[in-house]
Amino acid sequence: MSAADTTTPTKVPPPRQAPPGPPAAASSAPGPKRSGGAAVPWALLAPCLLVLAVVLGYPLVRLVTLSFQKFGQSQLWGFQPAESVGFDNFAKVLGDGEFWTVVVRTVVFAAACVVFTMVIGMLIALLLQRVSGWVKTLINIALVASWGMPIIVATTVFKWLFDSDYGIFNALLSKLPGVDMIGHNWFASGPEGLAVITLLVVWGAVPFVVITLSAGLTQVPKELEEAARLDGAGAWGVYRYVTLPILKPIVVMLTTLSVIWDMGVFPQVFVMRNGHPEAEFQLLTTYSYDRAFVVNDYAQGSAIALLTVLLLLGVIGVYMRQMLKIGEVE
Amino acid sequence: MSTATARGRRGSRLGWNLLGLLVFVTAGFPVYWMLNTAFKPAEDAIDPDPSLLPTSVTLSNFSRALDIADFWGPVGRSLVVSLTVVVIGIVVGMLAALAISRFAFRGRKVVIVGILAVQMVPLVAMIIPVFLLLNDLGQYDRLTGLVITYLTFILPFTVWTLRGFIVNIPRELEEAAMVDGCSRTTAFLRVVFPLLAPGMVATSVYAFIQAWNEYLYALMLMSQQNQTATVWLGNFTTKHGTEYAPMMAGSTMMAVPIVVLFLLVQRKMAAGLTAGAVKG
Repeated sequence: MSAADTTTPTKVPPPRQAPPGPPAAASSAPGPKRSGGAAVPWALLAPCLLVLAVVLGYPLVRLVTLSFQKFGQSQLWGFQPAESVGFDNFAKVLGDGEFWTVVVRTVVFAAACVVFTMVIGMLIALLLQRVSGWVKTLINIALVASWGMPIIVATTVFKWLFDSDYGIFNALLSKLPGVDMIGHNWFASGPEGLAVITLLVVWGAVPFVVITLSAGLTQVPKELEEAARLDGAGAWGVYRYVTLPILKPIVVMLTTLSVIWDMGVFPQVFVMRNGHPEAEFQLLTTYSYDRAFVVNDYAQGSAIALLTVLLLLGVIGVYMRQMLKIGEVE
Repeated sequence: MSTATARGRRGSRLGWNLLGLLVFVTAGFPVYWMLNTAFKPAEDAIDPDPSLLPTSVTLSNFSRALDIADFWGPVGRSLVVSLTVVVIGIVVGMLAALAISRFAFRGRKVVIVGILAVQMVPLVAMIIPVFLLLNDLGQYDRLTGLVITYLTFILPFTVWTLRGFIVNIPRELEEAAMVDGCSRTTAFLRVVFPLLAPGMVATSVYAFIQAWNEYLYALMLMSQQNQTATVWLGNFTTKHGTEYAPMMAGSTMMAVPIVVLFLLVQRKMAAGLTAGAVKG
């Protein structure tokens, strides 16, 4: 659930919640009635729906219309009216080889982040069950501290850790015999730089996974594991056939959330590259931003943003099904 | 139990503990290094052979950080924006959360799905239309504009989280109060509200942290003179390079209050999350 919204992720809505007919009529309805019609709930919902319609519904609709228009600087300043251009923006974006490079890069990057986050998170959660109490406390402190760090601060700290001349990471690596990394610039190449950013994302995302999975692990009945062990299952067998199936709903939820968040990574790249990510660092998010605010083609930027959302739709669907299943909602 | 297996078990416990300590050191290192750099003299920070342990302690980086650009202005602006967003988010969100958790009505499911879906679209996708919207409304570079923008992600969050807390309060309590003659409103105020208070506090703090930490909108929608706290951290990098030690001091000033707030509510939020997940 959204408890994890600490990252930067976020929102966008189906416009369908904007036009519910009843609320306008309902808001005039008198105060709380004990039972009865839909008036009371709609009245309670009205302010929320109103705010969301303005701050989310309108921009979303605008995002869609924008991507079908020609909208550059002159339209922004109102010198020219925005004219509809049909699917031109999409055709241009989809016909651009660079777009596809960015898509592949984003998917690979997000996949790496998700896989590392989930695997490391699961391993640490399992480890926490096996260590002494004081070690557990220490690990929890470290995890909560890194979870609570504002993303901007974390990014700034990683920039310092990986600084080419004075960064501690290069200094430590150079202590290994035969290695001299002093002066190595991790951001000279896209893949290396994105690897560092992956590390940053994983470092920030693992605590949420560990803490959620740990809580889930405490719910696994000891008797079941015991029974499996008596039946001759090894550690792996117990995990594979007893623990994992019970954790599955949580794992699915965490994975889908991670995919959504990691596909939306922005400030980490943006700040690491001092506000101007090089071509080799562009992900879909920064690419869309770049088109809109650097190239000043707001329409193409919107088209890219919209395509990103479409790309995520499947994952979002899985997440929502899961949420509705477990969160339900009598 | 034979001594051999006891020893074996102790031996493996030792192994796990060592591994655990390794995890602790790795996960905690970035935070440690931030603090370490923040408190060491700036010239030690650019020692090519840095000492891993603290050598001498100084506060000069902090005074430099406060000097480099106005600090309290951005902090004040961030406070105003975050607090306003939280108040609106909690009040409006509470009403909506009540509606979807305590009433059965046609269209409820659609609203729930909507509120969930709303949280799923990347913030970046929204930045272009939001920028144009504020531009049209003349709210660009205004704190009110930023408040409006932050509601896009805070409001769905508060609705959904408060809903989770309300669902966990047994409906029977209210019904009992209503049988005893309370109206629905007084039943809520006297029975549900006190039970809900801790959850509300946790949700508020969490929402505050999210608003406080937001970077992209703050950067895009506010000019240099009106920058907020997260953007302030960018002032340490200029064309002449980066002043790392003061930057770590600045990072420390930004992070410590937030991490402390986070520590206070983290347990409650995580518990609320998984309670629902496992029961299903």
